[in-house]
Parts: sequence; C-alpha cells; structure tokens
Amino acid sequence: MQKQLITILEETKNQLSEADSPEAVEEIRVRVLGKKGRLTEILRSMGGLAAEERKTVGKKANEVRAEIESLLEARRKELNLLKKQAQLAAEVIDVTEPGRVRGLGVKHPVTQTIDEMSKVFMNMGFEVVEGPEVETVFMNFDALNAGPNHPSRDLTDTFYITDKTLLRTQTSPVQVRTLLSKEPPLKVISPGRVFRCDTPDATHSPVFHQVEGLVVGEGITMADLKGTLSEFARQMFGSGTKTKFRPHHFPFTEPSAEVDVSCFKCGGKGCKVCKGSGWIEILGCGMVHPNVLKVGGVDTEKYTGFAFGIGVERIAMLKYEVDDIRLFYENDERFLKQFK
Amino acid sequence: MLVSINWLRDYAEIDVPVEEFCDRMILSGSNIETVEPYGTKFSGIVVGKILRIEKHPDADRLVVCSVDVGEEEPIQIVTGAKNVFEGATVPVIRSGGHLADGTVIKKGKLRGVLSDGMLCSAAEMGYEDKVINVLIRDGIWILDDSFVPGTDISEALQLRDHVVDFEITPNRPDCLSMIGMAREAAAVFGKELHYPDTSVKETHGDVKDYVEVEIRRPDLCPRYTAHVITDIRVEQSPWWLQRCLMHAGMRPINNIVDITNFVMMEYGQPIHAFDATSVSGKKIIVDAAKEGDKFVTLDGTERVMPEGTLMINDAEKQIGIAGIMGGLNSEITEDTKTVILEVANFNGDSIRSSSKKLGLRTEASSRYEKGIDANLCEEAAERVCHLIEALGCGKIVGGRADVYPQEQKAVPTNVRVSRVNHVLGTDISGEEMEEIFKSLEMTCVTEGDVITVTPPTVRQDLESEVDYIEEVARMFGYDRLPTSIPQGSSVARLTHQEEVRTRTRNILTALGLDEILTYSFVNPKSLDKVNVTQTDLSRRNFVRIMNPLGDDSSVMRTMLTPNMMDVLAKNYAKGNKQAELFEIGRIFNNVPINCDGQPAEAEDLCIGMYGEEADFFALKGVIDEMLSRMGMEGSVYEAERNLPMYHPGRCANIIYNGELLGTVGEIHPDVAERYGIGVRVYTCELLFSAVMLHAKSQIIYRPLPKYPAVTRDISLTTDENVTVGALEDVIRENGGRILENVSLFDVYRGKQVGEGKKSVAFALTYRDAEKTLTDEEVNSVHSRILNALNDQLGAVQRDI
Repeated sequence: MQKQLITILEETKNQLSEADSPEAVEEIRVRVLGKKGRLTEILRSMGGLAAEERKTVGKKANEVRAEIESLLEARRKELNLLKKQAQLAAEVIDVTEPGRVRGLGVKHPVTQTIDEMSKVFMNMGFEVVEGPEVETVFMNFDALNAGPNHPSRDLTDTFYITDKTLLRTQTSPVQVRTLLSKEPPLKVISPGRVFRCDTPDATHSPVFHQVEGLVVGEGITMADLKGTLSEFARQMFGSGTKTKFRPHHFPFTEPSAEVDVSCFKCGGKGCKVCKGSGWIEILGCGMVHPNVLKVGGVDTEKYTGFAFGIGVERIAMLKYEVDDIRLFYENDERFLKQFK
Repeated sequence: MLVSINWLRDYAEIDVPVEEFCDRMILSGSNIETVEPYGTKFSGIVVGKILRIEKHPDADRLVVCSVDVGEEEPIQIVTGAKNVFEGATVPVIRSGGHLADGTVIKKGKLRGVLSDGMLCSAAEMGYEDKVINVLIRDGIWILDDSFVPGTDISEALQLRDHVVDFEITPNRPDCLSMIGMAREAAAVFGKELHYPDTSVKETHGDVKDYVEVEIRRPDLCPRYTAHVITDIRVEQSPWWLQRCLMHAGMRPINNIVDITNFVMMEYGQPIHAFDATSVSGKKIIVDAAKEGDKFVTLDGTERVMPEGTLMINDAEKQIGIAGIMGGLNSEITEDTKTVILEVANFNGDSIRSSSKKLGLRTEASSRYEKGIDANLCEEAAERVCHLIEALGCGKIVGGRADVYPQEQKAVPTNVRVSRVNHVLGTDISGEEMEEIFKSLEMTCVTEGDVITVTPPTVRQDLESEVDYIEEVARMFGYDRLPTSIPQGSSVARLTHQEEVRTRTRNILTALGLDEILTYSFVNPKSLDKVNVTQTDLSRRNFVRIMNPLGDDSSVMRTMLTPNMMDVLAKNYAKGNKQAELFEIGRIFNNVPINCDGQPAEAEDLCIGMYGEEADFFALKGVIDEMLSRMGMEGSVYEAERNLPMYHPGRCANIIYNGELLGTVGEIHPDVAERYGIGVRVYTCELLFSAVMLHAKSQIIYRPLPKYPAVTRDISLTTDENVTVGALEDVIRENGGRILENVSLFDVYRGKQVGEGKKSVAFALTYRDAEKTLTDEEVNSVHSRILNALNDQLGAVQRDI
C-alpha cells in the first residue's frame, strides 16, 4: 500500500509538471484528493488494515497528501503567474497612438484679455460696472466735457442713432452713470464694447472693446494714478515692467497722460513689437476733470479722482502678436483654437 | 505738425542733440510721431554745372553732358532728362555714392557711352513729390547759379536737418505754428524766445486810399486787417525760403504765395491776398451769404453758399469765402501789381460749420476751426510786409485798415499752490510754480497761497485752475511726480450678470465650444437670409444707424443667429471640418426705454454647430448641461413646426418656468444652402437676460442615500407619435415618492415592432430614503406606472 502511495505521489508529480493551466491543476487535485480521488480511496480503504500497519500507512498517507497539496499549490501559483505574464504580454499597446479627448473649448481672446485685466483691477479693489451700448449724446460727450464742436462728435467719427442717441464711443459714460448713482468714494472699472466710424482694416475696427476705470475719493492724487497704473502694468505684463507717463490731452481728464510700458517682448531693447523704441503705448488716463465730477454731482473741492481707458484689442494684439485686428471678428476656428 | 529743427532754431536756441530734444519735448506734452533726418540719407552728391550737352551717338532719348564738379577735368554723364540745359547748376551724384532710397550709382556705359555718375532729381534726394516745386518735379533739380561746383550738396543747400512730426492735441492750436513750438521748446530748455523781425523800413502812401474795411457780422469776424502792397514782382523764392517750406511739408510756388505760407507756418495765422484791381469800390465788407448765393472759388468750382456762410465782399460782389477759400474773381495772377493782404480772425465754429456744409476743407479753414488768437493779425501782417520788403518783391503802403471791435484780452486765473499739490500729490513750492508759468510767457502775481496767472492770448486753452495744474505737472515732469496707491480699502466682486456670463463661458468651453464675438450691427437683410418672417415685428423693429459704414452694418442686431450663421459659413468655406461655437452678446430693439430715446437692450446666447459630432441632441445636451449648472433645471422642450428658420421636424421651443427661453433646432436646409454650408447645422438662441435673471449660484447639500436602490427596466411599444417626453411625464406622475430616477436607454424602430411604432426603453430607479424597499412595494408602483402608460398613451410593455 505504501508502494501505491509512492506511485500516486510520483504520478501526480509527473502530471503536475505537464499541467499547463490552473484548471488542469484543479483536475489533478480532484483525481487525487477529491471525494473519489485515488488518495482518498486509499485512505478510505485503510480500515481493513491491521492497527500497526494502519498507523504506519496512515502516517505515510498523510505525508503524501500534504506533499501533494503543497505541490498542487506551488504549481497553481506558478501557472497563475505564467498566465498573468502571458496576458500582460498580450496586452502591449502602442503608447505613441494619440490620446482620446473631447477637448476644451476656448474663450475668445478678447474675453480672455478683459478677464485678465478685470482680475488685476479687482485685486486692487475695483468693482465692475456696466452700462448701455446705445448711449445718449449727453452722456457720451457733454457729460465728459467734450465741447459741442469736439471733432469726435463728427458723423465721420461716431455712429448716431438719432440726434440724441449714439453708439457709445467709449465706456466712460458708464462712469458718469456710476457717479450719478453712487456716492464717493468709488473705484470702478467698466469693460465693454465701443463703436467708432472706422472702416475695418488691419488696425481699425468699427467695433472694439475698452476697459475704463474711475477712482473718486478724498485726497486722490496724480501720484495715486501713477501708482495704480504702474501696478496694473506690472501685474499684466510682468513684475519688471517699467512705465512712462507722457502728458496728453483728453477732454474728460486734466492733467491727462498717455502711458507707455517697457516692451514686454524684448524688455526694452527694441524689437518688432515695440517698433524698436523699447516702449509700447497701452493706455490713456488722467485726473478727472472737475466739469465731469460736477455733472456727477460731486463736490469738486472735497473730492478728486482719476480715470483711465485701455483698448482691449490693442493689448491682445500686442500680447499675442496678432497683426490684424479683423481676425478677432472673423472667428476662424483655426485662429480661436490658438488661445487655449 | 512738421517742425524743422533748423528753422526752429531761428526762434529758440536749441543746442541739445535731436534725441534729447525729442525725449524732453515728449515728456513735456509735445508728443512726437516721427523724426525724419534730411540731407543725410544719400551720399556722394555734389553741386555740378553742365558745361556742354551733346547728342548720344546711338540713342535718341539720351544726351551726353560734360559736367563741372569742381575738379580739374569735367566728368561725363549720360542722362535722359528733358529739362537740362548748358549752364544749368544741378546736383550730381558721383560714382560710388548712393541715393536716398539706397540705390548705389556706379560708373558704367549707357548704350556704349561712358557715364560717370548721375544728375539727380529732388525725389532721388529724398523729397516727397508734394513738396517739390512744379518747375523741377518732372526732371533734374535745377539749382540757383550761386552754388559752387564741387561743393557737397547738403553743405551748399544746407539740407542737413531733422524734421520732427509733432502730434498736436486739439486743445493746443497755438502749437500749430513754429513760434508756438518754439515757445514750448524755449520753456523746456530754459531758453529765450526770439520773435521774428516785423520791421518795415520804407512805406509809401496810405492804406486808406486803397481800401476800407467794414465788418457787418462782428459775431463771426472778431477782427479784420488789410495791408496793401504795390509794385509786386512775382518770381521764385530764394532757396532758404523754399527749403523751410519743403521741410515743413509745403510746396514752394512763388515768392508771394511762399511768404504768406511761411508766415502762416510761423504764426499759425492764415493770410489771403486779393488782387487790388479786382476789388471794386475800394471796399471790403465782411457779411454772411444769403441762401442760394453762388460763388466761384479759386479752384474754379462754382459752389452754392449755404445760408449764413461768412463771405468777403467788395462794394459790388462776393470775392472770397471767409477763412476757407478765395474767389477766382480776385485771384493773384502773373499780372498782379497791387495786392490787398487780408489777415483776419474768423469765428471757428462758423468756419467749421460752413466748411462742413460746403464739403471744402482747406489749410486755412482747418486752422480757423481750431481757434486762433485775434491778436496775431497785426504781427503776422507786419511780418509779411517785412519779408516782401526784404526780398524786394513789392513796396509797402503805409498804415493798415484794422477793424477790431472788441479786443481780446487774456483772462487771469487764480491758482492755489496748495490745490496744485493736493491734486498732484506733490510738494512743489510757489516759487517753482511761478518759474514754470513765466517760462511759458505767463505773468504772475502772488499773494499768499494764490498765484494770479495771466497767459499770453495765444493760449486759449487755459481757462480754469485745473488747466494751470496741468501746466505745472507737465513742465515739472510726470516722471518726477511721486507714486502711491490710493488710501482706504475697498472690496470688489463681480456683478451677478458678469458672474453668470463667466460661469456660462466656463461651462460652454468645458463642453468643447469656442467663443466668438461678432459685430453689433448687421445688414437688415440678414433676417431674410435666415427665413425670419416679415411678420416677426419684434425681430424686425430695428435700431437704425444714421451714418452706417454701409448696408452690411446699418442696423443693430435683433438676434445673434444670422451672425452665427455667417461665422459657421466662413469656417465651413475655409475647410474647417467642424465648428461648435457660442456668442453672448447684446441685441437691440427699437422700443424707447426712456425720454432720451435709448432703445431696449437685452442679451442673447447663441450656440451653433456643424460637423461629425453635431446633431440636435448634442446641442440639446449642451443647453441642458448649461441650464442645470445655472440651477435652472426642468426646462421643457416643445416641438415647434412653424419657424421657417429651422427644419420643421427638428425644432423646439425651450420653456422654462412656463416662459419661452429660446429656440433650438436644425437649421432649415434652404437656409444652410443659402449660406453655402453643405452639412447639417444646428443652432440655438436663448434669452440670456432671462438666464441671468433666473440663474442661481447657491448649492445645498443633500444627504447621500443610506438604503439601496432597486432598478427595473421597462421596454414599451408605442405609436410613433407618442413622445419620450410624454412617456416620461406619465412615469414620473405615477412613480410616487419612491421613484428616484428615470432614464431613457434605448429607442428602437424596425420590423420587430412594426410600421408606425417604436420601442422605447427606460431604466427606473426606486429608492426609499427611510428603509430598504421590498419587492412588493416596488412591484405595486411599477405596475401602476405600466398601467398608466397603457391607459393614457397606449404603450404596451414588451418582453425584454
């Protein structure tokens, strides 16, 4: 009987070495250790043996059983491992194939530029205000101290709806509306669309966008204007940006200035973007003219203020090196998609 | 305003390099557009004298010149120019030299004859056509005989100069003159301002015997002066005068015209000359035209004078349009012997209005429009007389006719030193401010904090204290002003509207759509193009632009879809395989909202798409996701068959809270075809103003379910005309408290369900928040739903 046990063991070993899957291993286990398995049958038939022999055979049978079990387990593990390896080997992919994505869309570059500017000003405590695009002549010109013969009022410059209404040529009327509806101190920006009678070409568009700002309070000085706009320039164009304030003339501010920033493309050395000068004009500004504050019902002795206006497309063109303003309004996907 | 630095030095001693000059002028408020060097753009050009001209042996159109260039032997130059002659003094470029445009001239043979250099035109030396004397415009520049052959041309003609183009702002018409710019420069560089010589050595007779002046409209003509010059000799101006004009961008014509232009450039004061013999009755009368008056101007055009146009008349007739253009009937000709010189001041508004009505804008009118100091008349007139005498081209009659009813005086303004510093954030002393004012030719009287400043009368822009604050700031230097950040804190946040717009843009771009921006004005016919009916009065109630650029931009848009279609069409035409776009923009309706007549403005959102992934449900999905992210759930889609813009079977109204929020659909194939789009196009236009009104941003957390859900699928066979929406409604109505979710997972049409039928499958999720549901509880609700579907819609459950 012991011989039989050894035979079973040897045969099982041989079978296991030939088994090529965990399933085959399981079949072997059933054949040997299952309810009707060969080893089980031997164990069952041991009842007929003498006590002494039963002890010896029993011990041997248990040893064989334990060994077979451990062999089964080992072979199973080995085969599982091989199976996994085979599977992984079969699942090799070409990692250079393109990824699959439904790409994000893009906000219009003009919107992106407005958002960026608004963020900078909001961080400085400016509130965003809005107003109508069809404005009154009074709000767009008279209230902003543009005399009755100011050239900007010409039909060749401004789109009129009636003799009393027009398409606003600047977002400054919103500031007058704000002065009329709120008490100082106030600090607002008004981003929006404006209109001028310009036939579209590479640098002109009859529709464009501005972000204009207004600060009115007690003790607001031209130094504050310089400080605020210099900070805007640094946040918008980089911390090393320098600013140059040049005297200029606008009806609604006095003193007035145009602001140049050191070229953010070349750092001031001179390049294509700054046309070699190292400086780029980015905005107009000034101390709010007392006549404008008066229209807004503000006590001009008590309060002073400053205002500024920035052309959004101009900033976007400089920043992204876009050389034709019409591209913004053509909305070619191949153009838009570049502003990811 | 073109300013020749050399000319400017006649009035103020500018001794700094041109770069420094420009930098400091800019920082004091005289902005500069360009700086153009003169006389240095070419090389190797000298004065030459043509000694002999011979025919070219082999070319009819060429001649061979022997030219003295100051060397022992003359050089030989072949030229095709027509205006050369023996004895002519001309600019000659030597071999190896280059022209203003960079062309290098080499010694070579022209049709076999050696040519050692070239004779030059003014254009080849860098002058623009518009400043070149007509006598030499089409040929070689014929110079004055006084120049010595061999002299460097720039040396001889004193061409080396820089011409600075100043950008003059509308508040500073005084700077449209050499003296005005010199006044600025003198102040900036601390120099004295030298006024031109206006002295006249010798006069004869009395102006009174030649002309008498009467102003009938003193409101439109504050001052009129007349001088008389006899024995006029019209000839070419001396070179220095021609050069000044050329560098100022003007063409030299003859001595009389050049002198009046030169003085106009010096003072900014227009000057006109009449032939005295054509002024009848020895009278000049300034009066307004009557309606229908016809008048022939210098340019030979007969014009109908708008009523009220200020005219210059003699005793019998009109002889000039005041401040705009003289008349042909009193023009200076070669035979003119005596001229009446008009130096007058006209009301700027009147000139602007007449010039606009006439459609006639001249150098004079554009100067009057901007405003001129009436006190300039006298000096400018005397300067003309001085130059005429000095150049020997006429004799000056003594005295002048001068009607100046109300002398214009400078108005003093009180400037508070403390206020200046308060506005500028500076600590500038009263003394320093005084110095600034005085450098600009203002007079000052100081008492305590107040400086009473009187400006020269040319400075008509200075009216109130704030104007003087600007003078201090710009002369002190903006770069020297301190820098600070406004005191006091403030909190900023986005307005609700801006927040909703930003959120919408974020959602739509996250869903893969790109934002577009289009013009606010459109062609009214764009509505026809998208099949908006003639009876759609609200869409057709346009806000019209009085002065549009053209038909394509003549009305304000009442909807965004036509613009979206244009953009989609452009993208399609450019071969872009797909486009999924949106625009948020204002629309306008001609309904006045206040007494000023401002029209109603609202905001719309338009979405448009074409391409492989685009279909009705892709678009609907975008809208639903966006509305859901706005906290606007539960919008209903009702089939709309009557909007001709859309495919009749593929269009819906979007209803939110019982109100129409917008429409969505497949664009009608006819419309797509009209736009040249060969694929299906889907668009949607929503009232974004309504979205902004209803959008919510508050999110409240709902506890996560504690008990498991039970899912049951149902598959129904219904008639084709029973909508998914209707089925869903019945399911929800009968689902009670425990029906958590209904989701469509299949719609099938085919042989198995039969003609006119379809099979619709939903997954229903049941859950009780308080306990685990039993089969019995679910079965009871589920069968209620199935029964209701059957009873109300005739939907029969299929075996799955």
